[in-house]
Amino acid sequence: MAHASTPAPIVEEGQQHPIRTYLVVWGWLFVLSFFSYLVDYFHLQGFLRWSLILLFMMLKAGLIVAVFMHMRWERLALTYAILIPPVLVLVFAALMVLEADYTLLTRQTFLGREGG
Amino acid sequence: MDTAQLQHGTTTRPSGWRGVIADWSSDQRSFKGASWGKVMMWIFLLSDTFIFGCFLLSYMTVRMSTTVPWPNPSEVFALEIGGVHLPLILIAIMTFVLISSSGTMAMAVNYAYRRDRRKTAALMLLTALFGALFVGMQAFEWSKLIHEGVRPWDNPFGAAQFGAAFFTITGFHGTHVTIGVIILLVVARKVWRGEFDDQRPGFLTGRRGRYEMVEIAGLYWHFVDLVWVFIFALFYLW
Repeated sequence: MAHASTPAPIVEEGQQHPIRTYLVVWGWLFVLSFFSYLVDYFHLQGFLRWSLILLFMMLKAGLIVAVFMHMRWERLALTYAILIPPVLVLVFAALMVLEADYTLLTRQTFLGREGG
Repeated sequence: MDTAQLQHGTTTRPSGWRGVIADWSSDQRSFKGASWGKVMMWIFLLSDTFIFGCFLLSYMTVRMSTTVPWPNPSEVFALEIGGVHLPLILIAIMTFVLISSSGTMAMAVNYAYRRDRRKTAALMLLTALFGALFVGMQAFEWSKLIHEGVRPWDNPFGAAQFGAAFFTITGFHGTHVTIGVIILLVVARKVWRGEFDDQRPGFLTGRRGRYEMVEIAGLYWHFVDLVWVFIFALFYLW
C-alpha cells in the first residue's frame, strides 16, 4: 500500500516471508506450550519430567528465534555472534551446580543437628 | 551516513563458515544484510540474555543448596475456577496470552513490509493489548501471593528463597513486558500516522523513520516471549 506522497522510492532490506510460515509456527508454539502444561497436569516425575520440560523449552525457543526473530534468514556471521555467547552461560551453570552441591553438603553437615 | 542503504545481491557472497570469515574480515561492516539498528537490538538482547541468565542461575543455585524443601509451584499457582481445582492454570493462561501476542507481532512485521498501514497498526495494538493483559494477570498473581504471605525473605510454603527468586525474576520480566507495551504503542502510532511512509524523523532524532522499526520493536517483543519460555519451564514447571 504505497503512500501517494512517498518521496524517492527507498529500497529497504526487509524480511518478506509468507504469512503461512508464521501461522504454522504459531500453531506449533501453542501445541508445545500445551504439552508442557500437560507434563505438570499429569504429575510426571523424575527423568521424564525434566527431559520433557527441557525438550519443549528448547523447541519453543528455537522456533521463536529462528522464525519469529528471522534468525534463520540472517547471515551466519550474525547468527554465530549472537547465539554462541549464551552457550557460555552453560559453563557458568556447571560451575554453580558444583558450588550449590558443596553448599548443600556443608549445610547438611554443620547445620543439621541444631536445626539450621 | 546512517541512512545509507544496504546492498542487495547477497548471492555473490560466500556462505557457510567461509562466509562467516569473509564477513568478519571484510571492510566497513561485519554484519552484511542487517542494518545497524537491527544489529544493535540483537546485541542489546544478547546482554539482556545474560541478565536473565544470571537471575535463573542464582535461582538454580539457591534452590539446589537449600536444605528446606522447595514450594511446589504447581500448587502455589493453582486456582479454583468454578469449583474445579486447576494446578498452575493462571501461568498456563499467561503463557498462551504471551504466545498469541508474539504471533500477532510477527504478522504485524509482515504487514509492515507490505506497507499495509492499517493492518500493521491494528496488529501492533492487539499485541500491546495482549501484553497489557499479561501484566494485569501478573499483578493479580503478585497480589494473590503477597496476600497469602509470600515475602522476599519468607513464605508459608517452604524454602525462604522462593519469594526472592519469584519477585526478582517475574518482576524484571514484567518490567520488560511493560516497556515493550509502551514501545509498541509509540511505534503503532507512528505507523498509523504514516510517518514511515513519509520517512518523517522521530521526536528525538534526525534519522528518517522507516518500516524496519516495526521489525526491531518486534525483535524486542519476541525476546520478552522467549525469556518467558525459559521462566515458564525452569521456574514454574520444574
